[in-house]
Amino acid sequence: MTETRTLLPHLACVKTSSEAAVLASRGDWHADLLGALKPSLQKCIRALHNVALQWDVSEIGWIDTAGMLLHIQALEQLQNQGCTVEFRGQSQDFARLYDLLQKYRMAGASSERPAQRSAIVSILDDIGKRYVGVWYTLANFLAFIGENFVHFLYSLRHPGAFRIKAIIKNIDDAGFKALPIIALTSFLIGVVIAYQGAVQLEKFGANIFIVDMIGISITRELAPLITAIVVAGRTGSSYTAQLGVMKLTEEIDAMRTMGFDPHRFLVLPRMIALMLALPLLIFFADIIGIAGGMLISNLHLNISFHEFLHRLQNVLAVKHVWIGIGKGPFFAWLIAVVGCFNGFQVARDTESIGRYTTISVVYAIFLVIACDAVFSVILTGLGI
Amino acid sequence: MTVVIKARDIVTRFGDNVVHDGVSLTVNAGEIYGLLGGSGSGKSTLLREFILLLRPHAGSIRVLDYDVMALSPFQAEQLRRRWGILFQSGALYSSLTVAENIAVMLQEYTDLSSDVIADIVHIKLNMVGLPEHAADLYPAELSGGMIKRAGLARALAMDPELLFLDEPTSGLDPVSAEGFDKLIMELRDILGLTVVMVTHDLDSIWTIVDRFAVLGDKKVVAEGDLDTVMKSQHPIIDAFFKGERGHIRSRHGN
Repeated sequence: MTETRTLLPHLACVKTSSEAAVLASRGDWHADLLGALKPSLQKCIRALHNVALQWDVSEIGWIDTAGMLLHIQALEQLQNQGCTVEFRGQSQDFARLYDLLQKYRMAGASSERPAQRSAIVSILDDIGKRYVGVWYTLANFLAFIGENFVHFLYSLRHPGAFRIKAIIKNIDDAGFKALPIIALTSFLIGVVIAYQGAVQLEKFGANIFIVDMIGISITRELAPLITAIVVAGRTGSSYTAQLGVMKLTEEIDAMRTMGFDPHRFLVLPRMIALMLALPLLIFFADIIGIAGGMLISNLHLNISFHEFLHRLQNVLAVKHVWIGIGKGPFFAWLIAVVGCFNGFQVARDTESIGRYTTISVVYAIFLVIACDAVFSVILTGLGI
Repeated sequence: MTVVIKARDIVTRFGDNVVHDGVSLTVNAGEIYGLLGGSGSGKSTLLREFILLLRPHAGSIRVLDYDVMALSPFQAEQLRRRWGILFQSGALYSSLTVAENIAVMLQEYTDLSSDVIADIVHIKLNMVGLPEHAADLYPAELSGGMIKRAGLARALAMDPELLFLDEPTSGLDPVSAEGFDKLIMELRDILGLTVVMVTHDLDSIWTIVDRFAVLGDKKVVAEGDLDTVMKSQHPIIDAFFKGERGHIRSRHGN
């Protein structure tokens, strides 16, 4: 069985009289080589109506399923066009493959597939399914939050049920290991704000107000928001992927059967860890962000570090810092709940891990921003 | 008789762990050949070496008259088209439906029109005994037996001469396993396939395997048909066939 020389398949079509024709297939009818042949076969067949056809297949070298199927399809089409077809010179292999394919082609042909639905129906069907799906997911989400809260209350009454070790490990993963990226992003945000502000304030000679601007905007809004977005991308996605894989490998089922409730062992530690870590990360981002702004103020507006810090102490009311940090636990709760919930939503195939991880990050970021907007409205209403 | 696979003195090591130390075996055309051995005896590793997923440290392997140890990329491509492989867990692409899984090779490698491909898919589905509606299901929606059948249909898509099966009946209930064994035998007969299967299902060995090799002690401890192997006095053979499970079967006759 060395590499056999392959002959390109080809077809010769001769119409001998008005009611007789001869067709000859030659060469190797191999799936790789057939693409170009179908048009010429079609062209040849379309010309034949109501003739007695002799189809010479004696010079076929090698034929596979695809090659034979072309023959069978052509045969059916010819018969529909009122031709009688007779194969000549079939080899044993040819006859065997022909019978085999006919057998399996016909089998199950009777079980017709359901008719195609019209486009409008399938669009409406799609909309309906999505609408139901949204409500279903929402209901599941609320059930998840409720179940989680029950386990939280249980843990409060039995403090031994808190998984301290797991919480500490998660703080390390989600908090400590996030410090470099948080430092980099918040520093850059500080730099950007200072640059943009410096140009405008310089026009009015109000250079020193850069301190007010940086101090308040970073501590109250930007540091919490940027930190939460980075954490949602970094930690929320990993929660979904971790829990999703555990669900796929049936680890979560195994835990349930051993009486380890996944909420107590997996969800609560993550949630508590993130709610502790995020405020700390925000405080860290405050410092680095202001430092970034301070650096640019020094370079561009010639405000010395000493001057900057002195002014900062006078204008930055501590409430702004507290408000910023106070948003942390809320953002963290949203990120953790969305991440864990989507992890549990992962179904049986690997593809859904990717899908739910994406959903988890997108929703977490959206909810964080929406939550921030709610804070703004409420705090403004309260005049804080 | 044509030799389809010829392996000589294969040595495989993972770090310090020697898996094969001089494994030799021969698979003839048209037979169903079993690779047997306990867990960790290197059956699946050997299979992976045949199908170009792993390279042994020493020895020679010829598959369909290609020297596997010295293949050009082009030859490798040609060789890969001539075999079909059923992985242990099916390894169906989870983002594609069953029909798309079967059609994927045809779509990538041939210029066939979509109606011919659809027809081929239909035939292969029928061959492996899957119902028509299974074509539009995703792998996640299939039962274990259906996954194996769909995987087999995919392996058969390109009309291979050689079929590799990695534990085809593992994870199937006895009835499905027997059905699957029958199917493999039927396909071998009608398609003229050569089948190489890794298995430790004693029933399969008794019913469908023509010849087999037993791996143990990093070597092939016995090779041949059932009678030949049973005559061997090697302790591994004893443990395999004369243990409790083997006994029950031989008492009932085979």
